[in-house]
Amino acid sequence: MSDAILSLRHVSASYGPVRALDDISIDVNEGEIVCLLGSNAAGKSTTLRTILGMTRANAGEIVFDGERIEGLTTPEIVSRGLTMVPENRRLFGKMSVKENLEIGANLRDDKAEIQEDIERVFSLFPRLKERIRQRAGTLSGGEQQMLAIGRALTARPKVLLLDEPSMGLAPILVEQVFETIQEINSQGTTIFVVEQNAHMALSIADRGYVLQTGSIVLEDTAANLLEHPKLSDAYLGEME
Amino acid sequence: MSAPAPAPAEQSSRRLRFERIPMRRIILIVLSVSIIYGVVAGSTATLRTGVFTAEDWQSLFINGLARGSVYALIAIGYTLVYGILFMINFAHGEVFMAGVYTAYFVAVAFAGNGFLNSNPLLSIAILLLVSMAVSVFIAVLLERLAYRPLRGAPRLVPLITAIGASFFLQYTFRGFYGANVRAYPTIEILQGKWTIFGIQMLKTQAIVIVAALFLWFLLYLFVARTKTGRSMRAVGEDREIASLMGINVDRTIVATFAIGGALAGAAGILYVFLFNQVIFTMGFLPGIKAFTAAVLGGIGSITGAAMGGLILGILEAVGPNLFLTGAEVPSPNQLQPVIAFGILVLVLIFLPGGFLGASEEKRA
Ligand SMILES: Nc1ncnc2c1ncn2[C@@H]1O[C@H](COP(=O)(O)OP(=O)(O)O)[C@@H](O)[C@H]1O
Ligand SMILES: [Mg+2]
Repeated sequence: MSDAILSLRHVSASYGPVRALDDISIDVNEGEIVCLLGSNAAGKSTTLRTILGMTRANAGEIVFDGERIEGLTTPEIVSRGLTMVPENRRLFGKMSVKENLEIGANLRDDKAEIQEDIERVFSLFPRLKERIRQRAGTLSGGEQQMLAIGRALTARPKVLLLDEPSMGLAPILVEQVFETIQEINSQGTTIFVVEQNAHMALSIADRGYVLQTGSIVLEDTAANLLEHPKLSDAYLGEME
Repeated sequence: MSAPAPAPAEQSSRRLRFERIPMRRIILIVLSVSIIYGVVAGSTATLRTGVFTAEDWQSLFINGLARGSVYALIAIGYTLVYGILFMINFAHGEVFMAGVYTAYFVAVAFAGNGFLNSNPLLSIAILLLVSMAVSVFIAVLLERLAYRPLRGAPRLVPLITAIGASFFLQYTFRGFYGANVRAYPTIEILQGKWTIFGIQMLKTQAIVIVAALFLWFLLYLFVARTKTGRSMRAVGEDREIASLMGINVDRTIVATFAIGGALAGAAGILYVFLFNQVIFTMGFLPGIKAFTAAVLGGIGSITGAAMGGLILGILEAVGPNLFLTGAEVPSPNQLQPVIAFGILVLVLIFLPGGFLGASEEKRA
């Protein structure tokens, strides 16, 4: 797996005495869509937070683009080309749509190209353009998810992490969000997406991992996972 | 036997609660009615005596506007730090004192060799620079040494530290600079009066008001338009996501303290334009009044802090004379702090979010 752009090797992480991740290994190859499935409290968010240095790994290595990143600060990691659409969007609610998109590009100073990327976001999500001056806090749930994705895109990441992008959205919007993720991937961004909505995630993913109480219990191609008899009831409880 | 037992206890506690809520309301209503009555009755009595002419009221108003401008600049320091760290930097008054008191020695040196009045504008610029630089230095030092190690601690801990730091700074400067009141050297071009829009005012008052307005406007643009200003707003809203945007949170917090310090340093020079003296305790009252102004405007809001400062200054200058002279209170201006702190208490009771209500929004 030397062609992986992002690798977690035997990573563990804890919140005080609570072990949230126990010796997990994940590889994401350049150009892929990889999903991490698991029920509530399995440790999905912790995995993404650990990759980004928001929670410290207490064992293991995280390698991004050939270099170890597990000791770096979040801004240092982000500056190397990783970013995330966080759980519950977490936009800057008092800032305008435009400012949220601009702040996504905070580490860049190529003004013209930032503008280009903002336009690209508007072409993915035309509704955001209509609301460009509106405060992010006043957008609808779907629009907020679009803006959260847009804000991550203006950072121009090599790998985009998404934490439950379907959460709290109506089914039509969920489909739309996943189509957009696929389109972003086809334009050259590697995707690592965390979901409880396994069917939806696997329908666009190349490969998937299943996380259960902090351990990887299953990994396979998306096609095989969709067929997997144990996937629905054993590991994901709430899946249809 | 055992089943009905809890009923009476429940009933009595319920009755207690029912009684407590209206009681509190009644006290509040009585309080506000008597304050309004006092203010109205006092004011009518005062106006009826005719002790003060229209010009007197004008000049009191200008006086209030000028001192309020100083409060406003200091208040912005409280509000900026609160907006990003949700803590009250109670040592901010000392940040204000440190700058202007240090600049005092420069002013004395300039006065001694005649430079102060041969090159007054350059002198003022240098005094401003010295005062702002020292205040920035003290503010940043405070953040680095006193507050940063306590970032994760419960809210009460940095608050108590801030109070301790305030005394530490006061007595450190007392050690260095002495315990006396010292008169700031007079700058001749600032003496005298101007008539602006038909209103006579001291030159210093006009300069203070205009300078404060200018600085407030610069700050407003800075926060709204620059990258650092945007980072400050982002860290205030969501520190973790700010760092996900690549923002260096520590550096942004330092910048916030530095900007608050710079404004306090400038406020110090404006303060001595009005009051002409320095002493190691001089940060205390203006500091707490500025804090009141920040709370009045809604702590966390920059515009609120500026408005709060002006309103407090005007009430403090006009209020005692207007409300109390008619009530035959001797030397009402001695009671200015009563007005300031009366307002603080009333705002906390009736309008805990301030009139721009930023703090509630922030906390949510
Ligand atoms: N900040 C925290 N402090 C303590 N425990 C936490 C914290 N965040 C998450 N946990 C615990 O870690 C485990 C994994 O949580 P999380 O990664 O958020 O799961 P998921 O995203 O899969 O729902 C859960 O048991 C959760 O209670
Ligand atoms: Mg989660």
